[in-house]
Amino acid sequence: MKTTFAGAINHGLRRALEDDPKVVLMGEDIGRLGGVFRVTDTLQKDFGNHRVIDTPLAESGIVGTAFGMALRGLRPVCEIQFDGFVYPAFDQIVSQVAKIHFRTRGKVIAPITIRIPFGGGIGSVEHHSESPEAYFAHTAGLRVVSPSNPGDAYLMIRQDIALDDPVIFFEPKRRYWDKSEVDFERLDRDGGLALDQARVCASGADATIVAYGGTVATALTAADIAASEGHSLEVIDLRSLSPIDFDTIEASVRKTGRLVIVHEAPVFAGLGAEIAARITERCFYQLESPVLRVGGFDIPYPPAKLERHHLPDPDRILAAVDRTLAA
Amino acid sequence: MPEKNTYPVQLLQPDGRRVWDRVHTPLIADVDADRLRAMYSDMVVARRIDTEATALQRQGQLGLWPPLLGQEAAQIGSAHALHADDYVFCSYREAGVAHCRGVPPEDLTRLWRGVAHSCWDADAVKMTNPAIVVGAQGLHATGYAYAAHLEGAEIATIAYFGDGATSQGDIAEALGFAASWSAPVVFFCQNNQWAISAPVRVQSATPIARRALGYGIPGVQVDGNDVLAVLAVTRQALQHARAGAGPSFIEAITYRMGPHTTADDPTRYRTDAELELWRGRDPIDRLRRLLERERLWDSAFEHDVDERAAAVAARLRAATLTMPDPQPTELFDHVYATPHRLIAEESREYAAYLEGAGR
Ligand SMILES: Cc1ncc(C[n+]2csc(CCOP(=O)(O)OP(=O)(O)O)c2C)c(N)n1
Repeated sequence: MKTTFAGAINHGLRRALEDDPKVVLMGEDIGRLGGVFRVTDTLQKDFGNHRVIDTPLAESGIVGTAFGMALRGLRPVCEIQFDGFVYPAFDQIVSQVAKIHFRTRGKVIAPITIRIPFGGGIGSVEHHSESPEAYFAHTAGLRVVSPSNPGDAYLMIRQDIALDDPVIFFEPKRRYWDKSEVDFERLDRDGGLALDQARVCASGADATIVAYGGTVATALTAADIAASEGHSLEVIDLRSLSPIDFDTIEASVRKTGRLVIVHEAPVFAGLGAEIAARITERCFYQLESPVLRVGGFDIPYPPAKLERHHLPDPDRILAAVDRTLAA
Repeated sequence: MPEKNTYPVQLLQPDGRRVWDRVHTPLIADVDADRLRAMYSDMVVARRIDTEATALQRQGQLGLWPPLLGQEAAQIGSAHALHADDYVFCSYREAGVAHCRGVPPEDLTRLWRGVAHSCWDADAVKMTNPAIVVGAQGLHATGYAYAAHLEGAEIATIAYFGDGATSQGDIAEALGFAASWSAPVVFFCQNNQWAISAPVRVQSATPIARRALGYGIPGVQVDGNDVLAVLAVTRQALQHARAGAGPSFIEAITYRMGPHTTADDPTRYRTDAELELWRGRDPIDRLRRLLERERLWDSAFEHDVDERAAAVAARLRAATLTMPDPQPTELFDHVYATPHRLIAEESREYAAYLEGAGR
């Protein structure tokens, strides 16, 4: 079935609501309106306003009450309307939700999914285009994931809701309208890739590109251009940002000897730094050149008219590829 | 401030007749023909700014616009109560207040066009730039008010926010701090009935003004489509603050007649009947009826107001269309107040990259 990214998540949420009466959705404007991106469209109509809950306008409230619900056995799926509005809920996420399992020595679980549309590229105003994943990846007790395509969006939201750990689920908002063929039945039957596994989505021999979320499509475009210029790039979609599947990256880098990491979050102390460090440890003697990072600048997300400079584009990725190939 | 009156204060009925109110009528005793006409003119201009900006958004000239249609009395009435040195903390919907503060039309759209994160020079007009994170400005207003109080300045601070914002911890905390410090701040809630798709009952089971009472802050409900009543209660609250008597809370009951923003589709969550009901309470029509009743209306005045609104709209349009895109090098400007190695390095590298790429 041909579906959009948003439609695939919607279908995944629908199946989760059908399969498990403990699953509830909660967030601002997710009911009648179906969310500002329509990801929860029609779900309240079909499951009622006790399972698809329009909350008051308060993010700390959303996550804090979800935590309470989880203590009573529910499996809440929270929507934070935009990346820049998760900060009022930060305390609840990092101090309460993330720590409860450790604190109770395994007695209590918090199977909460926190969906956050993230990243830029849609020409929005401030606080609507941020990439806060590093804050969460830095917090023990949380899993952090980001699908890059409709099939993974469906698969991962389902795995995520079924998991007993809290998960931050980053949805690259500029991909919401991307369409592709998704075989929901097959995914349900076969289970697909595990939630913490990376995927090699283009194979190549000259250099490895690691990307996730919104930048995977950009990296694939760069690989296409590179191919026309005679270079073959391997592109890895990270999928899980915490934990990271370093084995898949390592295997690729052992083959190509070169690594470029792409993300739209600021580069300083970002996920790219972590990947570069670990891969350098694992592949020091296989690396032909230093690991490079292409990402957002270390500035607040800029006004819409400048975001094309801030976001990694195929040209900037290829410039890094040229540098690594020249070294 | 009266502690308990949470009935909506009204001084002007929808048909333009005045209401006599022992407490509030005296507060607008000085409002003469000129002032009434000035408020009418500002309301029409505010609506025209809104119409023009909405049209600019539809034409692809703005990324987004948050319409104020229907909230003109709440904004203009309260803004007319302010002194020039009072300080305004706003959300993103207060273009009408901004106009009254003296923000020129060419400064209203910068943020929405995506060329900057701010619109106007805040200190020049004593009004902050649009706050996108809902509720944050309530705390800022409280801190500012208290700092001014410590200095001994006889000014007041006002914080504008919506009904949805009252659910945020920031607004609850602001009420707590303001009460604790007896800060000279006025909380001005424009209850336009909706927070995007959520009706006000999702936010509060009690009239919003009553919430303030629990903090020991006097709260009053006012008919937000009645510019005279809004002027009266805001004057009272500001006087209360300037006199050192502490914070107060105003709930202006009004209605957002347009979408939440130009990205929103209100037909998904509200009815035409509701919209029609509120159209009948249009704040501009109401003041016009008063002016007509009191023989302050004539075609020369009407013409004059129209011209003024058209001039503002034309200036807004021309300024928006000619706003230059920022240069890529501006990405790195003003991230820090002092030199910063990392930013300097990135700025140099990106300039070299652009040059090398021949852009
Ligand atoms: C902290 C935060 N959460 C969510 C949003 C998204 N959002 C923007 S405006 C809005 C509704 C605000 O409603 P209200 O406070 O009633 O003000 P109104 O827009 O109606 O004037 C929401 C949910 C935001 N800007 N900030």
